[in-house]
Amino acid sequence: MSDTIVSAAAHAAPASGTAPAPAGPEMASLPMTKALNAGLRKAMQDDPKVLLMGEDIGPLGGVFRVTEGLYAEFGDKRVLDTPLAESGIIGTAIGLALRGFRPVCEIQFDGFVFPGFDQITSQLSRMRNRHEGQVIMPVVIRIPYGGHIGSIEHHQESPEAYFAHTPGLRVVSPSNPHDAYWMMQEAIASDDPIIFFEPKSRYWPKGEVNLGTSGTPLHASRVVRTGTDVTVLGHGAMVSVLLQAAELAAAEGISIEVIDLRSISPVDYGPILSSVEKTGHLVVAQEAHGFVSVGSEIAATVMEKAFYLLEAPVLRVSGFDTPFPPAAVETHFLPSPDRVLEAVDRALAY
Amino acid sequence: MSATPNASPTVQLLSPAGVFAPSEAAAEFLPYLDRLTEADHRRFYRDMVVIRRFDKEAANLQRQGQLALWVPSHGQEAAQVGSAYATRPQDHIFPSYREHVVGMIRGLDLVDILRMLRGVTLGGWTPEEHGNFHLYTLVLASQTLHATGYAMGMQLDGSTATGNPETDQAVIVYYGDGASSQGDANEALVFAASYQTPQVFFLQNNHWAISVPVTRQSRTPLYLRAGGFGIPGTQVDGNDVLASYAVTAKHLDDARAGKGPALIEALTYRVGAHTTADDPTKYRDPDELAYWVARDPIVRFRAYLQGLGVEQEFLDAVDEEAEDNAADVRRRALEIHSPEKNVIFDNVYAEPHPRVQEQEAWLERYEASFEGGDA
Repeated sequence: MSDTIVSAAAHAAPASGTAPAPAGPEMASLPMTKALNAGLRKAMQDDPKVLLMGEDIGPLGGVFRVTEGLYAEFGDKRVLDTPLAESGIIGTAIGLALRGFRPVCEIQFDGFVFPGFDQITSQLSRMRNRHEGQVIMPVVIRIPYGGHIGSIEHHQESPEAYFAHTPGLRVVSPSNPHDAYWMMQEAIASDDPIIFFEPKSRYWPKGEVNLGTSGTPLHASRVVRTGTDVTVLGHGAMVSVLLQAAELAAAEGISIEVIDLRSISPVDYGPILSSVEKTGHLVVAQEAHGFVSVGSEIAATVMEKAFYLLEAPVLRVSGFDTPFPPAAVETHFLPSPDRVLEAVDRALAY
Repeated sequence: MSATPNASPTVQLLSPAGVFAPSEAAAEFLPYLDRLTEADHRRFYRDMVVIRRFDKEAANLQRQGQLALWVPSHGQEAAQVGSAYATRPQDHIFPSYREHVVGMIRGLDLVDILRMLRGVTLGGWTPEEHGNFHLYTLVLASQTLHATGYAMGMQLDGSTATGNPETDQAVIVYYGDGASSQGDANEALVFAASYQTPQVFFLQNNHWAISVPVTRQSRTPLYLRAGGFGIPGTQVDGNDVLASYAVTAKHLDDARAGKGPALIEALTYRVGAHTTADDPTKYRDPDELAYWVARDPIVRFRAYLQGLGVEQEFLDAVDEEAEDNAADVRRRALEIHSPEKNVIFDNVYAEPHPRVQEQEAWLERYEASFEGGDA
């Protein structure tokens, strides 16, 4: 098997398949929280209409400290600690966007977005459409999401399918600090509403950030490890699980190509189909419940578009169709490298 | 004028018989009447009559299959006309979906409202080009938060509370007794109070949320809820156009001057159905309807104007104008064209979106495949 193993550092670097950029004045080693912080700061410096809104994002800097220091730097007219009401945050952000601002809302945890769900799906997503194109809705909603942090109920959810299902929204999720830095700025610059899922289990590991260039457009998927036997695909925290699985498989002589989805809606099928053309096998992995999920959608679409390229059905590895369990058993619930490899083996056995 | 002023907490200037008899609660609002000229009085009357006749015409259009639905405003004309005239050109108005005359006063063509109800658009107009009258919002109370956010924006961009009443801006948002139970209405009041937004919450209590009476929504008069949010609340006789004007003028003035938000509860009555899909005889007591019909806002104001000596010729001319307007609206409503199918895909996103583009192209190819009759 001819593996081209791209290092973890390159996974954080800009372009796919290229050698890691040389360390220089534009490179920084940052955890995702600080990369997001730097991205927010840059966007606020570049455009005075960018506002941050949310619970505890001011002097505290957010429960994950993603907005740390921004209140002191930009003041209470740019960083708004809001009343504790998610529908209120989204609904007033819509009004601010109508007024010409570019609000970035922080939802404190994944499971707390649902009080704001109506304003997101019934109002925010349709506002431009019902205005017949006369307004833009440049609102970013940041949502820390996913498991692996051993937390309590409503703090480890993966609700991205609800938003990907909604016309008018864009949905993205970075898997590494470099993408987090750039995707945050690109999302804020977009004139469409964007749900920005931050994989909270990846908040703290450091990665190389090229502060000079993004290298990948916001809505592009990207090959982060090349391989020839099976393509595995995921987003957010799942990407590091897939890279671990690929590493384990390589030791057994199986060459896995890993794709970081990055954009959940729209999905960039180009790199996915190219990869499937090469490998003939696709495994889609996600922390979310599998039923009616992003992974299900991608599996169906790839089978429609590339049926004759496939040597096996597209297989899915997902969280179970149960509530996210008590943290003590979350490792049984969350797709692990071994569960990914079990699917890889099944795909190859066809 | 009665010897003992009406001691109710409701601001009322005209008695149901049309006699100028301010209630005790009206005292602080009386100075705002000085702004009104006789021409304004005539305009108030004219707009109420015109919109009621329009309302009837729109209901007829629905009955004849020309509109999918109609949302009548019969009975609520005074609350809407008075409050609308209290706005200034620089203000922004966030309606619910029954404030037809507010839109008209802000420069909206009434036919634009019918476009949405005829099913040819989800919106119908550009707010910036129509007196800052924002789009109707059909999910109850959602617009209260948009209004509050918009008012926050006025504060952040320095467009209010500068001390110049000619340019300082404010927001007025319309909602109803049913919507007052929604979480969003309450969150909007929390945010507005917290940030002290330049904003008036104009709650038309028309006593019915489709078939459910206001007593199911609240065990306390709705204006008293304002106190719980820490903002002023005023209850006004919503069938008294002068009282509606004066109360709104004061609270909008205060909002523009940086004194924060306020809640107005306008007591009025939905004389007609909730929409043309509804039958109020199934749930409403005819005696209650009769009580409110006897307090009709147009009859009341006409009596007041007649007491001031307004000539019959004016009243007749208004009736004629209302007839002409209704006929004009009918004629133009029937000329509304259906949009092309591209509206399905246009403006879902501001920036290119591959899935929408692919689906639009597919529909084009699919429908073209039937052309030529050999499909």
